[in-house]
Amino acid sequence: MTIALPDTALHRRAGSLTRHINSGVVIFLVLFAAVALKQPSYIEPAGFMNFLRRAAPLGVLAAGQVFVLVSGGFDLSVGSLITLSVLGASMITGGDPSLTGAAIAALYGIGVAVGLINGIAVAFLKVPSIIATLGTLLSVNGVAMMWSGGSPRGYLPDNFRAFGRFVFRDVPLVGQLPLSVIVLAIVAVLAWWGLHGTVFGRRVFAVGDNPRAAELAGIRVDLTRISAFVISALSAVTAGIMLGGFGGVSTDVGQGLELQAIAACVIGGAQLMGGRGSITGVVFGALSLFALFTLLNLLGLPQALRDTAQGLILISAVASGAYRQRTGG
Amino acid sequence: MKRIVLRCSAAALAVGLATGAGAQEFNSQKDFDYAQELLKMTPQGPEGKPWEQNLGGKQIDTSKYKKPGPYNICFSNAGVDNPWRVVGWTDMQAQADMLKSDIKSFTAADAEGKDDKQISDINSFVSSGKCDALIVSPNTTAALTPAVEAACKKLPVLVFDRGVQTDCPVTFVNPIGGYGWGITTANFIVSKLPKGGKVLGLRILPGVDVLENRWAAADRIFKANNINVVGAEFTGGDNAKTKTIVEDYINRFGKIDAIWMDAGATAVAAVEAFEDAGQPYPIITGEDQEDFLTKWKKEKLTAFAPTYPTYQWRAPVIAAVKILKGEPVVGPTWKLPQPVVTQETLDQYVDPNMPPLHYAMCGCKDMPGYPQRWGGK
Repeated sequence: MTIALPDTALHRRAGSLTRHINSGVVIFLVLFAAVALKQPSYIEPAGFMNFLRRAAPLGVLAAGQVFVLVSGGFDLSVGSLITLSVLGASMITGGDPSLTGAAIAALYGIGVAVGLINGIAVAFLKVPSIIATLGTLLSVNGVAMMWSGGSPRGYLPDNFRAFGRFVFRDVPLVGQLPLSVIVLAIVAVLAWWGLHGTVFGRRVFAVGDNPRAAELAGIRVDLTRISAFVISALSAVTAGIMLGGFGGVSTDVGQGLELQAIAACVIGGAQLMGGRGSITGVVFGALSLFALFTLLNLLGLPQALRDTAQGLILISAVASGAYRQRTGG
Repeated sequence: MKRIVLRCSAAALAVGLATGAGAQEFNSQKDFDYAQELLKMTPQGPEGKPWEQNLGGKQIDTSKYKKPGPYNICFSNAGVDNPWRVVGWTDMQAQADMLKSDIKSFTAADAEGKDDKQISDINSFVSSGKCDALIVSPNTTAALTPAVEAACKKLPVLVFDRGVQTDCPVTFVNPIGGYGWGITTANFIVSKLPKGGKVLGLRILPGVDVLENRWAAADRIFKANNINVVGAEFTGGDNAKTKTIVEDYINRFGKIDAIWMDAGATAVAAVEAFEDAGQPYPIITGEDQEDFLTKWKKEKLTAFAPTYPTYQWRAPVIAAVKILKGEPVVGPTWKLPQPVVTQETLDQYVDPNMPPLHYAMCGCKDMPGYPQRWGGK
């Protein structure tokens, strides 16, 4: 008995060590190694920066989505909010660079409104978040189509597009540094601070873990939930600005991104029913997912097979997350 | 003699389409040859109005449909779910306005891309008894055939864009089509490509007949000329994905000399991938969308834009009025010319005041409300 004690303690310590290495980081390293084997230019600084630039919008989106997931909900409206941001920006600016600032302010205003609608529907009207945000997905998409008449009516000015296209050249160490990678870094730090460094963050965890207990402990569950949806919507607008910058105007830019964001969170160790998740994890989850897409592209598989592989990999990621939860690892 | 040959090949095309839809045969030698033949023809009809012209068509008698005007015309639309259909639909409404003295009402039903909705739209138009003629732009070929056949028994029907597997409509209006697109674009690349140059094909999605035909025809010509096609990828019509794919190919092969596209919506994104990678511009084939034409002119690209002209939406309205007046129209198949935009004709189509996804081959410049009605300034 007495001999067994230090043994279990040792075991526990080893267990907590593996627990501290996030699953997202591990999966990312494996996938990126495969990408680099197939296409060595990806490990060169320029290739890696280019990869980060393309993955950055998904990272930003996942960093917002995880607030809602941790609080015990889903936000399915982010994809159509991205579409609305891109179309809205083209409608407001109409190619005029002097209107970029106003457009970005208006987009964040729209983002706050959509977040509030989601949050209020969930917190006060008691609509399950998966239904509430599915509803806003449809409405927001409808608004985007009505506003633009189904066909975008303006270009995005170059200063707006800089968020997805501009690259600082001749940067020491990395050679080139895309602006979108800097945006991702800033968003990740802010989100990390918000979720792991503030009282608000602890409330989000408490609400997701056990809303009744949180309420009894005096936490305003409704306000916490609403704030989580607003944060998610703001991250969607940011991702929309980056994607519009990267690719320009299109009517289906946000399609399917809500699922990719949720998948990124799950790969990064966030728990689907709330109460668990980390910013480091979900950002690496997003990078993993993007590395997977890149790998499937590089392998040159036919589209149908790529979709099948992608779907299966996502299900296994979620399944392994659920397994880890059950076994407490 | 030539006319007989033509009618035969038109019949062959109809059969080809009919079997093609069932057997998913997207690469037919017969259709390819027929498109080649159409491309060589001189259009007949009023000068400068390609939407009233035809390629080797025959006038048919419509006196049995004659009735006193003005008319109630009904339109069952597959959908307005992409910019091409938005521009076409705007054309059509403007055309109806232009014929106001003959058209009492122009009623449209939007099927929102659903076969079942379109079938019930057509049924209710027919049973309402309020339509003198019915125009149909079918959502899919096979599913809509019975509804169109039933409508034909009650009133004159006109079909355009995608077809149906019956010749009961008075006329079926459409341009040369996918094979013509593939032939002209691939020939352009073959003529400009340096020896041993690498070509990347960018396609939207698999399984859509007109898109499959475009690729089948281009691929045939690339193979016949031993062109090095390094890949053909599906972009899903998404700008960001297109850019990502092109960047990956540039990384993988060092240099891509030409981009072939089965639709132009993401052409600018493909060009930007070369800019962002610091590479020289490729030879590229896009489409007649303003964003691509503007970029082409600004950056002096070696480019080419085939069209699937949106002006075809004007023809059925004009034809419907003619049919109800008992005047002859081209039928049962009415092939419209399918012009291309080249370096020589670029300037007449570039218009920075039109929206980026406006289709320059709209034939709408003489129509009421241009350019505001099409979103221009």
